[in-house]
Amino acid sequence: MTQKQPSQESTDMAIDVRDLRMRYGTKDVLTGVSFAARRGEVLALLGPNGAGKSTTIEILEGFRTRSAGQVTVLGQDPAHGDEAWRARLGVVLQSWRDHGRWKVRELLDYLARFYVPFSDPRIERPWNVDELLDAVGLTEHADQKVKALSGGQRRRLDVAIGIVGKPELVFLDEPTAGFDPHARREFHDLVHRLSDFENTTILITTHDLDEAEKLADRILILDEGTIVANGSADELARQMAQGAEVRWTADGRRHVHAAEQSDPTGFVRDLLTKDPGVTELEVRRASLEDTYMALVHRAETGQSGPGNDQAGTDGTRAEEPHAGQPRADGSVSGAQAPDGSVDDGTSKNDQTQEVRS
Amino acid sequence: MTVATNDARWAAARAGLVRGWLETKQSLREPGDVLWYFLMPVIFAVVLLFMRGNTLPGTDFELGAMVLPSIVGMSIAFGGLTGPAGTIATDREDGTLLRAKATPNGMIGYLVGKIVMFGATTLISIVLLIIPGLTVAGDLRLDARTWLLLAVIFVLGLVTTVPIGVALGSLFKSASQVGLLFLGSMVLLVPSGIFYPITALPAWLQWVGQVFPYYWLGLGARSAMLPAEMVTAEIGGSWRTLEMFGVLGAWAVVGFVVAPIVLRRMARRASGAAVAEARDRVMAQGW
Repeated sequence: MTQKQPSQESTDMAIDVRDLRMRYGTKDVLTGVSFAARRGEVLALLGPNGAGKSTTIEILEGFRTRSAGQVTVLGQDPAHGDEAWRARLGVVLQSWRDHGRWKVRELLDYLARFYVPFSDPRIERPWNVDELLDAVGLTEHADQKVKALSGGQRRRLDVAIGIVGKPELVFLDEPTAGFDPHARREFHDLVHRLSDFENTTILITTHDLDEAEKLADRILILDEGTIVANGSADELARQMAQGAEVRWTADGRRHVHAAEQSDPTGFVRDLLTKDPGVTELEVRRASLEDTYMALVHRAETGQSGPGNDQAGTDGTRAEEPHAGQPRADGSVSGAQAPDGSVDDGTSKNDQTQEVRS
Repeated sequence: MTVATNDARWAAARAGLVRGWLETKQSLREPGDVLWYFLMPVIFAVVLLFMRGNTLPGTDFELGAMVLPSIVGMSIAFGGLTGPAGTIATDREDGTLLRAKATPNGMIGYLVGKIVMFGATTLISIVLLIIPGLTVAGDLRLDARTWLLLAVIFVLGLVTTVPIGVALGSLFKSASQVGLLFLGSMVLLVPSGIFYPITALPAWLQWVGQVFPYYWLGLGARSAMLPAEMVTAEIGGSWRTLEMFGVLGAWAVVGFVVAPIVLRRMARRASGAAVAEARDRVMAQGW
């Protein structure tokens, strides 16, 4: 990559992590994490509990000292980041009961003061507090005490605090935990606005796969201390060949075929050519959840190489011949899904469509 | 670059003044806090009630009048020691410190804010002592020297105790352990000559008392407020003003050396994970 050109790197790379390792005592939490984020990119970091997400983020934020590896965040090593560097970062913390006695506006006004000296010709810092309150939808609650806010309002305040200094890079650690669907939607709009209009780089950790798919340009899956997948939701699904499911009705019977190939087009073409009686055709790409489960499962059963960040480009099931070719009569010969479940088209009917989460 | 850095630090310090002012205001509106500020005046009023008519052995000096300056000294020590210790421990657990860390120069703002707040609230609780104090004012020495000396002792007292309080608060694992500090402070009152002349205690206890700032702050306040002839009740028959400044100064030096080290170590430990852990513990166990 651009190893010899740190100056160029610092202009178009917001985050550059290479072989990051972290060890607590004898326990290895991160065993070689590598990834990068371009400016303006929205990255989602997924992974099971204990995979090392929070540790990774805290190292990038400069709150934790790493054991080994190279980390560059906005052109500086977070372990030695100065206050001017800190002013360009936004950290969205999960509030609990801190500053409970403060009024919302008081707290934002107070925090905004710290960023005034860090204004530069490119970026005027901080946010105007009124505009910020409006952007996070807290205008009505500006004079309320923080402890009087609801969970969703408080979370939006956390976001407002995180971005009050007009950061170039924002870390969001499980931002929508405990949100109702409406609050979640509004939060997603806010993130989109940040990345679209402010060109803010955003690194988000979440357990919500839908959220990751909606918000992120790229998804990183961290498992057992290393990145096991790195790509857009689409790319991940394509890498993991498991995925597409084709359903149709023929002769009054509902059929389901789990294509092991990532691209079910050929199967569908065959099917339509051979059986003109097909109706209610439905092709469903595996959800990110399916892909995620498969990737984590594969990583944990040791089917992928260690420390790779382009998992799934080779050696996946996509190369395997897939079972269950459509017959001329349109039925399916016991197609077997990669996870071992068998569908025969007869036992499954309309209710199987409800399976998605 | 350095000019910009200094600008940013000054901005943070000014923000700290705002923080101190806001938090003082908030504290005065909180019934739980206000109760604390009235604690010393109430204790003193009760002491006065019990000591009514009692005089210092061998004199006709009101015992209550002798206790007032000691309580002034104790208030300074309490305000500077227990307050910051408790706040630091709480603020680490609830994420206040983590926010300060996530803000450029946020720790400067935080510390300036705390100093302002503890200075202001300690001053308030001392001023409140005037109410019960009026009843014995006739026995006290109140002149320009008194106020000057009291002001010096107030500032020196905070400079001495706040860093130690901060350091102690950083050492505690959880906010609930600060109760221990409060208990310890109470025990230390016994050999500190606050409620009873230290000269009446066994010699070894006198030495224990003289190690800690409580005794010296009390002594300083007595030297400011009591008539000159009362000096006979003190160790060595002297106000030992030089020694007072010496011992308090030594504590201040210790505090200023130790506090930043401990605070930095503690601030490093403050992390989202630690806050989450504290939150889970409080949710599960209620403390």
